[in-house]
Amino acid sequence: MSTVALDLSPAPGRASYARMLARQTWTETLLTLRRGESLLLTLVIPLGLLGFFCAVDVLPTEGARRVDFLTPGILALAITSTGFTGLAIATGFERSYGVLRRLGATPLPRGVLLAGKTLAVVAVELVQLALIALLAAALGWHAHGSPAAVVLLVVVGTVTFCGLGLLMAGTLPALVTLAAANGIYLVLLLLGAVVIPASKLGALEGLSRALPTGALAHALRRVLLDGASLPGADLGILLGWAVAALTAAALTFRWE
Amino acid sequence: MTAEPAVSVGGLRKAYGPVVAVDGLTFEAPAGAVTAVLGPNGAGKTTTVEICEGFRARDGGDVRVLGLDPGTRAARAALRQRVGVMPQAGGAYPGLRAGEMLRLVAGHYANPLPVPALLERLGLAEAAHTGFRKLSGGQQQRLSLALAVVGRPELAFLDEPSAGLDVQARHAMWDLVRELRTCGVSIVLTTHDMAEAEELADHVVIVDRGRIVASGTVAALTRGGADGQLRFRAPTGLDLEQLLSALPVGTRAKESPSGHYLVEGEVDPALLAAVTSWAASQRALVEDLRVEQRTLEDTFLELTGRDLRA
Repeated sequence: MSTVALDLSPAPGRASYARMLARQTWTETLLTLRRGESLLLTLVIPLGLLGFFCAVDVLPTEGARRVDFLTPGILALAITSTGFTGLAIATGFERSYGVLRRLGATPLPRGVLLAGKTLAVVAVELVQLALIALLAAALGWHAHGSPAAVVLLVVVGTVTFCGLGLLMAGTLPALVTLAAANGIYLVLLLLGAVVIPASKLGALEGLSRALPTGALAHALRRVLLDGASLPGADLGILLGWAVAALTAAALTFRWE
Repeated sequence: MTAEPAVSVGGLRKAYGPVVAVDGLTFEAPAGAVTAVLGPNGAGKTTTVEICEGFRARDGGDVRVLGLDPGTRAARAALRQRVGVMPQAGGAYPGLRAGEMLRLVAGHYANPLPVPALLERLGLAEAAHTGFRKLSGGQQQRLSLALAVVGRPELAFLDEPSAGLDVQARHAMWDLVRELRTCGVSIVLTTHDMAEAEELADHVVIVDRGRIVASGTVAALTRGGADGQLRFRAPTGLDLEQLLSALPVGTRAKESPSGHYLVEGEVDPALLAAVTSWAASQRALVEDLRVEQRTLEDTFLELTGRDLRA
């Protein structure tokens, strides 16, 4: 070990919150993009499903063109995968690796840490939404409805799924979170009106409409496919999930 | 100048359910010095340090860190900027490389140490591009030390800093701790290794079962060699009363185990002369005569009747 000259004399102080937030956001985004398995959930599966079911005519699409029916559901799946599955798994492992404890010893406030995670989720979602929209457009997608309503639904959906992800990661052991988050992703994919319309689920239709992914997919479809203004019932369901998840997460989240 | 102590703890108490981890601890860590909290595993060292760091709430007593109470939220926020912490189970983002993790944390401070130089100093330059999960235990430990000091703190808490370090890395860590002290940084470290405490600390606090059993400078605790030890072998059953009558009052002598003698007191030429002439008068040959200093281990054993390494 060499003896490099270092000035170790005390010079304490924290960086500005803006700088901390920028660093945390960049780090969290980089980490998400580095996790190959999360790219499978966030990009490969949604884009693959969109391409596959547009090419193969097996799905009941309630009279709509296949790409117009599928794209809103795929957008809901993309938000589910990043906000819920990706965030839950990553945060669960960070807890078990002592990251939150380590960062708790630095001047980084918890609020800035969580804001960084949220912005990283938004950054990844922007990439997802752009790629899905590009593929959909290439497949002849015609979007309707108000962009503001779509943005509002995406934001509320993101908050809801982040809350659910943090709730799971903050209470369960990392490996249980890993298994459960993937399992729930599959259930939400099948029952959340992503590719299969809720009307074809028979007795499970009511459940589908009440699931956060089902409500988000249904709402996005009402706006993007039917040109509806804001679907209040679905938005209400999403907000209910958001309030419940964030409250429960705030009450139960353990940092270590 | 009498500087305010870096850490001052009075009557600290903490229980986990029925288990009392810290039972009325009182000590001070002087500013600009290295204070070692020494004790066996489970003595309450980590609990004490975590309360000082603000990671844990206390049940009772008073704690001041740089004059602030880490039990309050506002003080914790202020202390995070001024205090470096090397937690025992401190980790890092599993997906980040060692250098990236150190740069991330360095960026949260106003005047961080230069990251490449710090990596170099701790022998981590080559591991900078290695993912955290692939670092060896010793490398993770050194990264944790780097993370604790990168923000140029006034005070650093190092919880078991040498755990998992090989001899070379341990010396690099010791050198860095000494240099931090020279630069005016106060250090509080926990260890169950008395050699480490003797090597590094200006001030030692010996903890056992949640209580302080002794504290003071290493010299005072080992009584600075004024109370040295003289050990030798000789035939069993020699008359120790006769020896003690020839020695200054307060000198102690015993035979344990048989054939092995220990004399404790001021070791000077007169003592050596007295021992050898006493043995000669009994026609005994003194062998393997050694002058030793009391160690912290001896002090601990004497105070608790237990082994520090336990």
